[in-house]
Amino acid sequence: MTDFSTHPSIPSQPEKKSLLRRIRRKLQDNWRLVIIAIPFAWLLLFFLTPFFIVAKISLAELAIASPPFTKMIEWADSGIVTIRLVFDNFTYILEDDLYRNTYMNSLKISVTSTFFCLLFGYPIAYAIVRSGPVAKPLLLFAIILPFWTSFLLRVYAWMGLLADQGTINNLLMSLGLIDEPIRMLYTEFAVYIGIVYTYMPFMILPLYANMEKLDGRLNEAAADLGSRPMNTFFRVTLPLTTPGVVAGCLLVFIPATGEYVIPDLLGGGNVQMIGRVLYNEFSRNSDWPVAAAVAIVLLFLLVLPIMVFQYFQGKASEGQ
Amino acid sequence: MHGKRSRFLTIMLVLGMAFFYVPMVLLVVYSFNYSKIVPVWGGWSLRWYEVLFQSEEVWMAVSLSLKIAFVNATFATMLGTLAGLAMVRFGRFRGRTLFGGMLVAPLVMPEVITGLSLLVFFISMKQLVGWPEQRGFATITIAHITFSLAYVAVTIQARLTGMGEDLEEAAADLGAKPFKVLTAITIPRLTPALISGWLLAFTLSLDDLVIASFVTGPGANTLPILIFSRIRLGLRPDINALATIMILVIATCVAIAAILMFRQQRADLKDQQLAERGES
Repeated sequence: MTDFSTHPSIPSQPEKKSLLRRIRRKLQDNWRLVIIAIPFAWLLLFFLTPFFIVAKISLAELAIASPPFTKMIEWADSGIVTIRLVFDNFTYILEDDLYRNTYMNSLKISVTSTFFCLLFGYPIAYAIVRSGPVAKPLLLFAIILPFWTSFLLRVYAWMGLLADQGTINNLLMSLGLIDEPIRMLYTEFAVYIGIVYTYMPFMILPLYANMEKLDGRLNEAAADLGSRPMNTFFRVTLPLTTPGVVAGCLLVFIPATGEYVIPDLLGGGNVQMIGRVLYNEFSRNSDWPVAAAVAIVLLFLLVLPIMVFQYFQGKASEGQ
Repeated sequence: MHGKRSRFLTIMLVLGMAFFYVPMVLLVVYSFNYSKIVPVWGGWSLRWYEVLFQSEEVWMAVSLSLKIAFVNATFATMLGTLAGLAMVRFGRFRGRTLFGGMLVAPLVMPEVITGLSLLVFFISMKQLVGWPEQRGFATITIAHITFSLAYVAVTIQARLTGMGEDLEEAAADLGAKPFKVLTAITIPRLTPALISGWLLAFTLSLDDLVIASFVTGPGANTLPILIFSRIRLGLRPDINALATIMILVIATCVAIAAILMFRQQRADLKDQQLAERGES
């Protein structure tokens, strides 16, 4: 017995030292691994794990408990583990007209807003690319600046413009064009304005980055071969800017679908979007399982566009 | 690509700029309005700035938001830089696809989903390990770091690909070990991107309403949470005053960052020209 305990202690002293040294050397050899591991671990813990928890809750039932849902895995008295998966929340959401209409309405609003962002953003981006060397950085700065200023305040600015007693109505009334205010705030129209206004830079910047790399000689070549400017635009420039168009559209479409602040402030109670329903479901009704299921369905709708976006991002960073 | 701007493009540009800036200008102008009803002009006045500065609630929210933004920006810059280095300079490694996916997803993920998932995460953590005891500063900061680091990583990645590996290769040829190359060449050259990444993370944090609303606890009101609770009920002149101050501060920060980036670009161009001249 004694031999057994003393025996390993003799070589343990140098071994301990060499172990430390080995760790240090390993760290020196594998510093790349450490650099990867730190942000990787952070994202695994605080980004990926939370999604799994939401998925888990979406498969539970509402219960009077804290937190208010049933457990997925339970240890019964007999030592048997029971796993309960409840798909009721999903059938409830998918069969309920309110939720279905809200999802459809969110998609309609975000698709339409994306289209308008592209319609106005494309010529603006193209105009910046074609500007002179002095104007270009200034214009670019002018596009980036609102992107940095508070999102909430940019939405608030439109509340002042669109209100019944707001700037636009006041102006139109003082010009005698209308007799009583047009209702604009708390309508779907206001939500469109808000989304197009706040998300426009997300459309313009990727388009600009894409157009900036275009070879101007292609346009010259097309012109030399007798192509009219319009024809050149549709057959040369537009196809070459597809990656920018896709990136810009996704950058607008994906977050706009889940938008909460804009429908709440500019749409009031009149415009139902899924982000707002999700927030209210959670904070007021505290029906966690349904809120979690609403989030999972929303994520499911957006998974494909998110993956397309990642694919394009990956291709862009490899191509550089 | 340069060239003539057609008249159509110029008109679109002017309209676009007006669309961007008229609402902001009006927001600022109405902050100096004496009238209590925002869009009704009642003469110039600093009345609402006084009201604003006397509100203790506002000061507490400002200080909480600044604290969160500072800690967030610092940690997000460190983590985002490591992530950017891993993605651009380390070639292939196991889990790179998952890692890259987790780095890009926060850029587009609807805030309600991120907020909800982090909240249920924090609640589950509390039940499992007893932490976080109370939601507030710590939970908001962690949530902000998680999405800010993705933005920093994008900035760093763009800079890393932009500056090429020539100097690093030269240092390696001269016998510098890879780790030495990283600390002596790569990191110092990243400085402008680090600064703009830090500023980006800082403003993103100051700007966030939805995620903070989910993961905050009783009594911990950040500035956006406070503003939102007030403007939900309609227009308020003191919020116009607050908005004016915030726009001014942020515009100054962005201008500094832009000048720094611009200078760096010019310096890079000069280096490149010198190098080319040396070759010929």
